[in-house]
Amino acid sequence: MSAAPLSPAAGVGVDRRRSRRRRGLRLTLEGWAFVGPATVLVLGLSIFPAIWSFFLSLQRWDGFSEPEGVGLHNYAYALTDADLAAAVTHTVLYTALFVPSSVLLGLLLAVALNRRIRFIGLYRTAIFVPFVASAAATGILTTYLFSPQFGLLNNVLRRVGLPQQGWLEDPRQAMVVIAIMSLWGSAAFTTVIFLAALQDIPGELVEAARIDGATSRQAFWHVTVPQLAPVAVFATIWQVIQALQLFDLVYTTTRGGPLNATQTVVYYLWNAAFRQTEFGYGSAVAWTLFIVTMLITIGVVLYARRARIEAF
Amino acid sequence: MSSSALPSASARTTGRSGPRRRGLPFSPWHLLLAPVAVLFAIPFVQMFLAALTPAEDLNRIPTPFIPSRLTFDGFAQLFGTSPVLLWLGNTVIVSVTAIVSHLVLCSLAGYGFARLRFRGRTLGFFGIVATIMIPIQVLMIPTYVLFSRIGLIDSLGAAIVPWLASAFGIFLMRQFFLSLPPELEEAGLIDGATRRQVFFRIVLPLAKPALATLAIFTLLGSWNDLVWPLIAINNDQAFTLQLGITSFQGTRRTQWSLLMAANVVATLPLIVFFLVAQKQFVQTMTFSGLKG
Repeated sequence: MSAAPLSPAAGVGVDRRRSRRRRGLRLTLEGWAFVGPATVLVLGLSIFPAIWSFFLSLQRWDGFSEPEGVGLHNYAYALTDADLAAAVTHTVLYTALFVPSSVLLGLLLAVALNRRIRFIGLYRTAIFVPFVASAAATGILTTYLFSPQFGLLNNVLRRVGLPQQGWLEDPRQAMVVIAIMSLWGSAAFTTVIFLAALQDIPGELVEAARIDGATSRQAFWHVTVPQLAPVAVFATIWQVIQALQLFDLVYTTTRGGPLNATQTVVYYLWNAAFRQTEFGYGSAVAWTLFIVTMLITIGVVLYARRARIEAF
Repeated sequence: MSSSALPSASARTTGRSGPRRRGLPFSPWHLLLAPVAVLFAIPFVQMFLAALTPAEDLNRIPTPFIPSRLTFDGFAQLFGTSPVLLWLGNTVIVSVTAIVSHLVLCSLAGYGFARLRFRGRTLGFFGIVATIMIPIQVLMIPTYVLFSRIGLIDSLGAAIVPWLASAFGIFLMRQFFLSLPPELEEAGLIDGATRRQVFFRIVLPLAKPALATLAIFTLLGSWNDLVWPLIAINNDQAFTLQLGITSFQGTRRTQWSLLMAANVVATLPLIVFFLVAQKQFVQTMTFSGLKG
């Protein structure tokens, strides 16, 4: 991080070498003048806290009294913590709902939007605009749209004579509602990256397949889809990481309820750290989540390699 | 649907000219895209409608789809009884500082890592890339402790400092500078310009597309950030807009027109930006999955 000191002069002080050294020092100073401020900020606010967080995870500490070293106790406790296990289940449920639907929806919308037809600009705008909605805004909108009393969804159900639903107030439906609204806000992302990949596929590839007698459907499945595989792997990994870290939308809709049905790992961690001020235990849960996320990422990348998909 | 499952090269080129587009046959893809577009539009449409809906409408069963009358009561209450303008100002300060700082620091660092040869470069850049993978959950507890020791907690500074620079920004700018041909810069250096002059006069003017992407990335992230301000700021004088509207969910949960008016204030600037610079936003999305 600091300007690395030049190695102590090895050997005799030949003039040429000295001037080269001086030039080296000047280049080093110049280089660090360019990269220094940003590098110090980024590393100082990530590597340093990350290491500190690991040491915190080996302690029992409420932020005020004297920290007490407890070794790996926090990690051992995390493994037997029934509330955390429930939070893991809810997070896995959300991931299973959100990730496949967001990748498939992105693919479908990208294929649909990748053509020049009337209103295409309008369609794109409508699908992409929700990307700018914040979690706070999405949360308030969700609560409104899915309100059992006056929300649009129950209103429509009522008018067509179908039974009313509890939505966010029903423990079996709340997570589904959150997944739907996450999809609303993030479909733009998967769509855009698939769209970019589709536009990178040379038109001649598909033309050649058609000339060889493939139907457009065959050309799609055998020429286009394999070209999209790397993007699909990337999108899957990215969305899994996002899904495992779900917090914002839970905070702005259900706050973990009803009956803890939407309490996710990060919500649980936030609650432990900043409501119960268990900094040590919170850090241990955070590090566990980090490591699990890394393992999943590595696993998917290795699997993709074996399937000969160059995702990265 | 399969009949036009693939855009042929010819369809792409002929469609480009406006008048001929009308000559195209009706595409079955409209049957998918039109309903999907309507579904995606509903939440924002409801947001604007709900902000203008009188309270009595929500008590009627069934609730009318269209407000019985339009009212600005929600906006009047919002601006009259809450510090929303202060929060808006706070968010503008955070986002503007974040964008300016990002543009300056990340382009300097990106250029340094792309073009300059100096000691510690590889290690420094490796460190930057490694941090991209560290999730905020690992950082938030020690950062909270650190910020409270230096007295930043509960001030706007707590929301600003983490947004001054980012690994993603440095990485993005480095990739961009690597894609530029070095000949221009070399010519400048041979003519006797210093690195600094080359950077500011030759390189930076070429970097506008990358800078636009970085600015949008920073705007979206800093404007919409919730989890970190939620942890670091409990004093409602230093609330950001997102934090403020989230706090309404506890205190004003039945005042829907006010809540939605606040939502409009928080979201409309970004919607307008998006509509004005859609191409740049899409570019930014391709580079990052910043939505969390």
